[in-house]
Amino acid sequence: MEALLEAQHITKKFSGVTALKQVNLSLERGKVTALIGENGAGKSTLLKIMSGIYTDYEGSISFKGQPVQFSRPKDAQDLGISIIHQELNLIPYLTVAQNVFLGRELTNKWGTLDKGKMRQKTRELLAKLKLEVEPSALLSSLKVGQQQIVEIAKALLTESEVLFMDEPTSAIGDSEVEVLFQLINQLKAEGKSIVYISHKLDELFALADDFVVLRDGQLVGKGEMKSTSREELISMMAGREIKVNKKADKTTAGRQMLQVQNLSLKDPKNPDRPLLKNIHFELKKGEVLGIYGLMGAGRTELCESLFGLNHRSLTGSIVLDGVESRFKSPIEAIASGMALVPEDRKKDGIVPGMAVSENISLTVLDKITKWGLLNNKLATKLYHKHVAALKIKVNSEKQLIRNLSGGNQQKVVLAKWIERNPKVLMLDEPTRGIDINAKNEIYELIAKLAASGISVLVISSEIPEILAISDRILVMSEGQITAEMSSQEATENNIMRACIPENMNT
Amino acid sequence: MISLKKYSHIAQFQSLIALFFLCMALALMTDNFMTTDNFWNVMRQISVNVCISVGMTLVILTAGIDLSVGSILAFCGAVTAGLLKYGIEIPSANLYIGFTVLGVVLAGLLAGGAMGFINGYAITRFKVPAFVATLAMLTMARGFTMLWTEGHPITGLGDEFGFLGTGWFLGMPMPVWISGIVVIAAVILTTKTRFGRYIYAIGGNENAARLSGIPINKIKVWVYVLAGMLAAIGGLLVTARLDSAQPNAGMSYELDAIAAVVIGGTSLAGGRGTILGTVLGAMIIGVLNNGLVLLDVSPFWQQVIKGIVILLAVIIDKSNSKSE
Repeated sequence: MEALLEAQHITKKFSGVTALKQVNLSLERGKVTALIGENGAGKSTLLKIMSGIYTDYEGSISFKGQPVQFSRPKDAQDLGISIIHQELNLIPYLTVAQNVFLGRELTNKWGTLDKGKMRQKTRELLAKLKLEVEPSALLSSLKVGQQQIVEIAKALLTESEVLFMDEPTSAIGDSEVEVLFQLINQLKAEGKSIVYISHKLDELFALADDFVVLRDGQLVGKGEMKSTSREELISMMAGREIKVNKKADKTTAGRQMLQVQNLSLKDPKNPDRPLLKNIHFELKKGEVLGIYGLMGAGRTELCESLFGLNHRSLTGSIVLDGVESRFKSPIEAIASGMALVPEDRKKDGIVPGMAVSENISLTVLDKITKWGLLNNKLATKLYHKHVAALKIKVNSEKQLIRNLSGGNQQKVVLAKWIERNPKVLMLDEPTRGIDINAKNEIYELIAKLAASGISVLVISSEIPEILAISDRILVMSEGQITAEMSSQEATENNIMRACIPENMNT
Repeated sequence: MISLKKYSHIAQFQSLIALFFLCMALALMTDNFMTTDNFWNVMRQISVNVCISVGMTLVILTAGIDLSVGSILAFCGAVTAGLLKYGIEIPSANLYIGFTVLGVVLAGLLAGGAMGFINGYAITRFKVPAFVATLAMLTMARGFTMLWTEGHPITGLGDEFGFLGTGWFLGMPMPVWISGIVVIAAVILTTKTRFGRYIYAIGGNENAARLSGIPINKIKVWVYVLAGMLAAIGGLLVTARLDSAQPNAGMSYELDAIAAVVIGGTSLAGGRGTILGTVLGAMIIGVLNNGLVLLDVSPFWQQVIKGIVILLAVIIDKSNSKSE
């Protein structure tokens, strides 16, 4: 059978780093294809290339046998290729109907908006999706799950032939999932081709005909869903050929530094789905605890909650060094010895327009103050100390931090916390977007800090990284801790198994 | 590779060159620009704008804005003049409280600080956008001024108070002394203290500042309090110079202050700029005003020319930060 949309030998590089390598994907009419892989495997990149969002790549794409070259998303849309994005692309203060028709508004013969017709069409679409809301309702008055359905309605408005769905069930409830599945089956029967990305393997077994597994930007497996098993898929996602360097076993007999019990965090926007659910773990002095989980598993929320953010929606107990420590703000958390290196360095970590030395001293200005005034000599001393210790590559003290490479920026962020000598250092994706040399330096640094008695909590989406630096590993999935293992017990396979949601109904 | 310090020097350097050529041109084109009298005249005229602009710089460095300073100036001037002239009389208790000059100065500062506090509290506690909160204060403070003065100027305040606006001390006019001290204090505050560093950090990246344990709300409230107090100082100077508190004093002064800050190279997005840049900006505006009057340019054209200068200053500044 002829492929509807076909991608051949797709290679895509981001500033030298290969995100996709010689990937082929062929989509047939009336079939649901599951696209599987861990974070950063290249799923989203492939999807963006096939829908015209990324336009510079190597390889070729053909639609109904004709080679095509998209120069913008609209080109793909015009051929009937739509994406339902994971993040909602809707405007909260427009109505449901206005959102569905955004950019494709209908007009009457006077050239003004034909609101009645748009509302009527929206009503028909929503009925098909069994969503009982008025087309004139404001989008912001809808629940997150309902908004997701509106997003789907938007994609259905154009007579799409190929539909990419990127984790469409990540925010919706069971009954809505049911409706979505019925709809997908209906679309399939109409001869549409659907690509379905999800971490929930059970959903894929219920829906998909074919599967494609990506790992590190390469296609590592494909076939029919009915002739494979959960186990086989997991080992395809996890099985790296490169030998992972595990951290040498270390018995940490130190005293308890952090005890977290029954920690739960409500999502104000979506009360049915807690962001954290009954989190329970302990961290010893000088221990490195790795936390692995897929995107949206609640890892970042956990760190933020420990750091005094989300104070209002948090329940449970946090004991830091023997003291009950449900902090109300980062100021309190820092004063008690917590430190957080955030996930998004540019947005939350650095002050880009400030000099390197000013960024380093930001958390410890009292240390460079003399007679109530900031002292340049002390600041310079502090700067030289950390530049030497962390091997930060920088031209001068006054160089703006935004002109440094990612790895060096991250070292500066680390320096400002190391200088405070925290009890617990939390690192959220500490090596994201950092070259391999700087990565290794940061691994060494983490080991050194732990040896000096700092308890370290590291979040990472890379299994080799987690294995390389952790003494112990927690795996999170959907806001819960699903596994705990020592670094000796841990393998790629059992980490991957624990991070995939067990059952879609939980 | 251009560092922050070096870059801000360049920005100031440009303002300095602009000011220099402006003065040269005026010296050639007029007879009385380059006289000692005119120099002190200009300096005295800009001293009010310098005080307000320094406060505005602090606010804008945190990525905020303060539209209320002109009205706060008027209110504080009126409070000062009223207390000095009439004191507080409470007939029911048969009580009269008189004020010394020092007393009314402190009362004026307190009034300005309180109004700034309300701005800062609304902005941090209730998350009202700075533009809206201070716009509301602009209207309210003007209303309070009208209520306090009943719409009439309060005049005849005595020589002791008038000295602040018209007196000379060690060969320099008092307003220049006062604005000079304000500038020096603000330079130290912004470059040499934790408070100043926090202002730049908040404007440069509020998220990073919060996660670094900086008390964002406290700093912001203080910045608006300072802006209010500096507006009050401006009010004292205006009132003392005229020997009269006018209910409509300080109209659109906030715009002159924003203009000085912007010409001085401070980014409205926050985190970048200097006090000295703002002082140069205020001087450019002051010299321009003075020169246009000396050249007998019509007031209508003066406004057009001032607008063009503001636009040019920002365009030049933008093209610089792009090439960085």
